[in-house]
Amino acid sequence: MEPLMALAIGLLYATAIFMMLRRSIVKLVIGLMLLSNAANLLIFTTAGMTRGAPPLIPEGMMQPLGDVADPLPQAVVLTAIVIAFGVLAFAVVLIRRAYEIVKADDLDKMKDTDT
Amino acid sequence: MRPEVALPVLLPLLSGAISLMFWRSRPMQRFIAVAGNVVLFVVSLWLFVAVLEDGYITIQMGSWPAPFGITLVADMLSAVMILLTGIIGLAMGIYSLATTGRGHEKFGYYPLMHLLLAGVAGAFLTGDIFNLYVWFEVMLVASFALLTLGGERAQMEGAIKYVTLNLLASVIFLTAVGLLYGTVGSLNMADIALRMDEAEHSGMVEVLAVMFMVAFGIKAAAFPLFFWLPASYHTPPVAVSALFAGLLTKVGVYSLFRVFTLIFDQTMGYLQDIMLWGAVLTMVTGVLGAAAQYEFRRILSFHIVSQIGYMILGLALYTPLAIAGGVFAIMHNIIVKTNLFLISGITHRLQGTYQLKKMGGLYRERPWLAVAFFISAFSLAGIPPLSGFFAKFVLVRAGFEAKAYVATGIALAVGLMTLYSMVKIWNEVFWKALPEENQVPETPTPTGDDGRLLKPSLWMMYLPVVVLAMMSLLIGVFAEPIMLVMNQIGDQLMTPSGYIEAVLGASASAEAALLDPIEIQAERVDDRLEETP
Repeated sequence: MEPLMALAIGLLYATAIFMMLRRSIVKLVIGLMLLSNAANLLIFTTAGMTRGAPPLIPEGMMQPLGDVADPLPQAVVLTAIVIAFGVLAFAVVLIRRAYEIVKADDLDKMKDTDT
Repeated sequence: MRPEVALPVLLPLLSGAISLMFWRSRPMQRFIAVAGNVVLFVVSLWLFVAVLEDGYITIQMGSWPAPFGITLVADMLSAVMILLTGIIGLAMGIYSLATTGRGHEKFGYYPLMHLLLAGVAGAFLTGDIFNLYVWFEVMLVASFALLTLGGERAQMEGAIKYVTLNLLASVIFLTAVGLLYGTVGSLNMADIALRMDEAEHSGMVEVLAVMFMVAFGIKAAAFPLFFWLPASYHTPPVAVSALFAGLLTKVGVYSLFRVFTLIFDQTMGYLQDIMLWGAVLTMVTGVLGAAAQYEFRRILSFHIVSQIGYMILGLALYTPLAIAGGVFAIMHNIIVKTNLFLISGITHRLQGTYQLKKMGGLYRERPWLAVAFFISAFSLAGIPPLSGFFAKFVLVRAGFEAKAYVATGIALAVGLMTLYSMVKIWNEVFWKALPEENQVPETPTPTGDDGRLLKPSLWMMYLPVVVLAMMSLLIGVFAEPIMLVMNQIGDQLMTPSGYIEAVLGASASAEAALLDPIEIQAERVDDRLEETP
């Protein structure tokens, strides 16, 4: 399972960076979206893809029975997904406003503030 | 239970929430902006005094023991940064009252300001690497909204670059955190430091160190990753520019200091050279960029980049004295750079433009404003007896002690170039007569950023400027007690066993003491000497 995940993550990063290098701001945002998804999958995978039980300790015992999954990366990924969602919502609104004002979907037309 | 560690994070969140409840009431939001930031300032002072007494203060959120729960840690560096956040927050709370247009106030300027301060304070205090990422995002989202508030074309264009590059940095940071967890199996920074010393050194640690360096390098605007900063910092309302200029990039620098002294202290052996020349190039490109500009805020933006170089130079030299100098530079820069942006706001109010060519005659018109600019500008260039001089003096001395003669020499030359830019502003804005074609009417009608008439309440703009200029002066005059604090920071950062002990308890630190970084550093230098024939 892990080699497959590694391939998928690598592909996601590559696609994301390719999209971000395009001039269209819509593709830029799609790139950002894929990039955060790739990072989330990576965290999910680095902790080890085990087929463990939920990490709950049965009543009256001091430690869980058998193999349990590591809960921390899942909590981390959940937080990261929520953050990525919020930021993405902002980015979508931003490109919409930028498109309304600049009247173009082209980053090359947005060079007024460059030096 | 030490509430003063958690309060600098909780209070701005609370002020922001209360401010949101009074969404329609402009006077109430303005009152909370000042009152909330006064309380934040008092609490930050409390934390600073407490840390001065105890050295380290930690608090475990939710009472979960250290490596499992989220720890808030205040060491001397965090306490100084929090104190500066309190000072700048208060200055901005007052200054915003006079400069923020009604259009901005209506769309949540004040709640966002509180949220930004909460994010900054959280990043300074957290002892958990993933939590650091979360605070970075809190800070970023607030800054995104503040940057685009008003929705002018320049703001949108600047914001797209700012948002894209900062999100890219965040993803690199997040990826590095994920891989770090996969490597050492912990997210608590003290615990990571401990496990890192025990872990066998595969190539992974070095890769992670570089990823963190790139991620924080983008956020700190270090060469060659700074291009988002001069493209965006001059576009929002001036109070927002000043707040960003003072605090945001410094959070990136703080994270570099924290991560590379605590977690990746062993990789410094060979990253040192990269960081050193990165710092030097940051200084040089920043100051050269500023020399080519004739827009007030854009010159200042390039100088932010240039000054970041000095701070990173302190880290790259990697001796206690150099770290002390680097933190001194951060402290001095936060105060002085914010003040210069605030002054640019006043001159804009008086003359209606940021273009140096169209301004003039302010020395005759507002001599005290000219004095405040003079103090801040010469402090930035490092003229004694102002605050910038001592920051530079300590850094240069540490540079010579570390035998980095070329880098230190360039740092001194950059000081001269900084002076050139500052003299340029002085000549154009304050000294020369106002150009004939730009004569403003006798009583200029002040307008907010949205073009509406504002009451002439300039004292709210002058008050923070005067106070910050005085602080720059006082830091110069009372440099010795401040240097004692800075030396303590240098010592604390270079012996992370104290930090680890404070977070994890005494038993853990006994192991850490065996692996003192200075010894490891010395060993590495010995290895290098042996390698060279």
